[in-house]
Amino acid sequence: MKMLLRLTWVEIKLLTREPLTLIFTFGLPLLILLVLGGIFRTSDVLDDVLVGRQPIDWYVPAYMGLVTASIGLISLPVHLASYRERGVLRRFRASGVSELSVFGSQLLVSLGIALIGSGLLYLLGALVYGAAPPLDPLRFVLAFIVSVAMFAAIGILLAAVIPTARAVQGLGLILWFVMLFVSGTSSPLQLLPVWLQRVGQALPLYHVVQALERPWNGRGTDLVHLSIVAAVCVGASLLAARLFRWD
Amino acid sequence: MPGPPASAAIVAPPVAQDLHEDVIEVRGLHKTYGGVPAVRDATFSVRRGEIFGLLGPNGAGKTTTVECLQGLRSADGGSISVLGLDPRRQSGKLRRRIGSQLQQSALPDHIKVWEALDLFSTLMHTGTDWRVLMEQWGLSAVRSRRFHHLSGGQRQRLFVALALVNGPELVFLDEMTTGLDPAARRDAWELIREIRDRGATVVLVTHFMDEAERLCDRLAVVEAGRVVAVASPQELIAAHAGRVRVVFTCTECDLSWLDRVPHVHGVERHGARVEVDGDGPVLAMVAHALVAHGLEPADLHLEEPTLEDAYLHLTGHLIRE
Repeated sequence: MKMLLRLTWVEIKLLTREPLTLIFTFGLPLLILLVLGGIFRTSDVLDDVLVGRQPIDWYVPAYMGLVTASIGLISLPVHLASYRERGVLRRFRASGVSELSVFGSQLLVSLGIALIGSGLLYLLGALVYGAAPPLDPLRFVLAFIVSVAMFAAIGILLAAVIPTARAVQGLGLILWFVMLFVSGTSSPLQLLPVWLQRVGQALPLYHVVQALERPWNGRGTDLVHLSIVAAVCVGASLLAARLFRWD
Repeated sequence: MPGPPASAAIVAPPVAQDLHEDVIEVRGLHKTYGGVPAVRDATFSVRRGEIFGLLGPNGAGKTTTVECLQGLRSADGGSISVLGLDPRRQSGKLRRRIGSQLQQSALPDHIKVWEALDLFSTLMHTGTDWRVLMEQWGLSAVRSRRFHHLSGGQRQRLFVALALVNGPELVFLDEMTTGLDPAARRDAWELIREIRDRGATVVLVTHFMDEAERLCDRLAVVEAGRVVAVASPQELIAAHAGRVRVVFTCTECDLSWLDRVPHVHGVERHGARVEVDGDGPVLAMVAHALVAHGLEPADLHLEEPTLEDAYLHLTGHLIRE
């Protein structure tokens, strides 16, 4: 436990020494929010679901999901894979650092990054498009934590099965962009052909977006989607623990 | 092993145990990578309190062997006991009692020296204060320097300090002087002796002959995955280097009589340098014969065989850098 907290603290310090590594994680969702929020700000396609709220109130929580996805699909697995490539994990293991400490510190750091990224998104949405605050913050936080945990587990799994940091980066980017287009995080889902909607529903980000958006806009906890997110989290964690290699 | 007297308040340190106790026992160790054997039937034991060397060229299987001993790899065959533990099944227990300086490992680029020492010392309940280690290993001046700004030598010393942070009974040092300049190597040798003198057992993996000869109490010569000899450097030299060599210089002198001198086995001339192989009192015999032939070379001397000679004799080749 002590090691987990120390390692998390060290990882946070390391991040502050290399803040540029977060440009993609923070920058791209902000940029897309700015552009798409402008395009769809007066659209009425979301009126059915968003009673009394604006389209931007869909996009703000949806893009928070996009931030958790970019952490789990890109920054976390690239970081862990490069640790393995360079022998940092060998060093950790020889010193008796447990898997639990390594995974746990990555999860805690991911939560921190996701919180900051989401805060920035909300600020930008509120300042530029007048986005409203969450209507059910407690339920939202619950869904948020489960979502971050799921993408962190997927990230550890990616780092476990893909041998090099470069390969992880390539694959992670592809996965991220595919999910971006079909999960209700670019154009509203209603505008997609049915088969693309199905693809979206088969990918985890869609369920994260649903699970985050409902409490944000005061429509309660979405138990179905939240359960799916939690199940994927457990599955990915178990697989990652089985397949993880130190060198 | 007798227990301490019931009244004794002082707990005996592990050092006080029988010096001939084996801390490592390896029997018939076998390890294969994709059908290619890396270690074949290695058998040796390491005694408490000694510096034990694994000497051989790169790719001989030394690192694989110590990785099996540390529980970082599982062996395909044979038995291993380290501090009485099975390294694979009791790796957690073992890690608390050993220290490892790994050959291919790194730290995050931006971690500072003191942060690394502080981080890894949190795992340990006992052990040396990391500030003392930082001082001993000459890292105080770079305590706030980031890992990727450290020189090769500084990195090596940091890794050794990290290996010692839990006050281990047994320390594995894998090619720790590779990349160090000659002065730093000598300092490192002194520190390795110090580790041993404080009661820890040291397993030293090296491909440097001089390092093995000067530092190791005993060593295993590893050749293509096999342990071809286990002995002290002196024993290896005596057993395998064989004869002594008398050397002097002499320009344009007739030495055709020299190989008939008793105890001389052979004469080689390289320009002015004359090398006489022989045994026993060959130096006295050659000196006497030279004087009798009216020759008085001022540089007549005996060259002791080195571990390098023994190694050459054992394996048929030398280790190339």
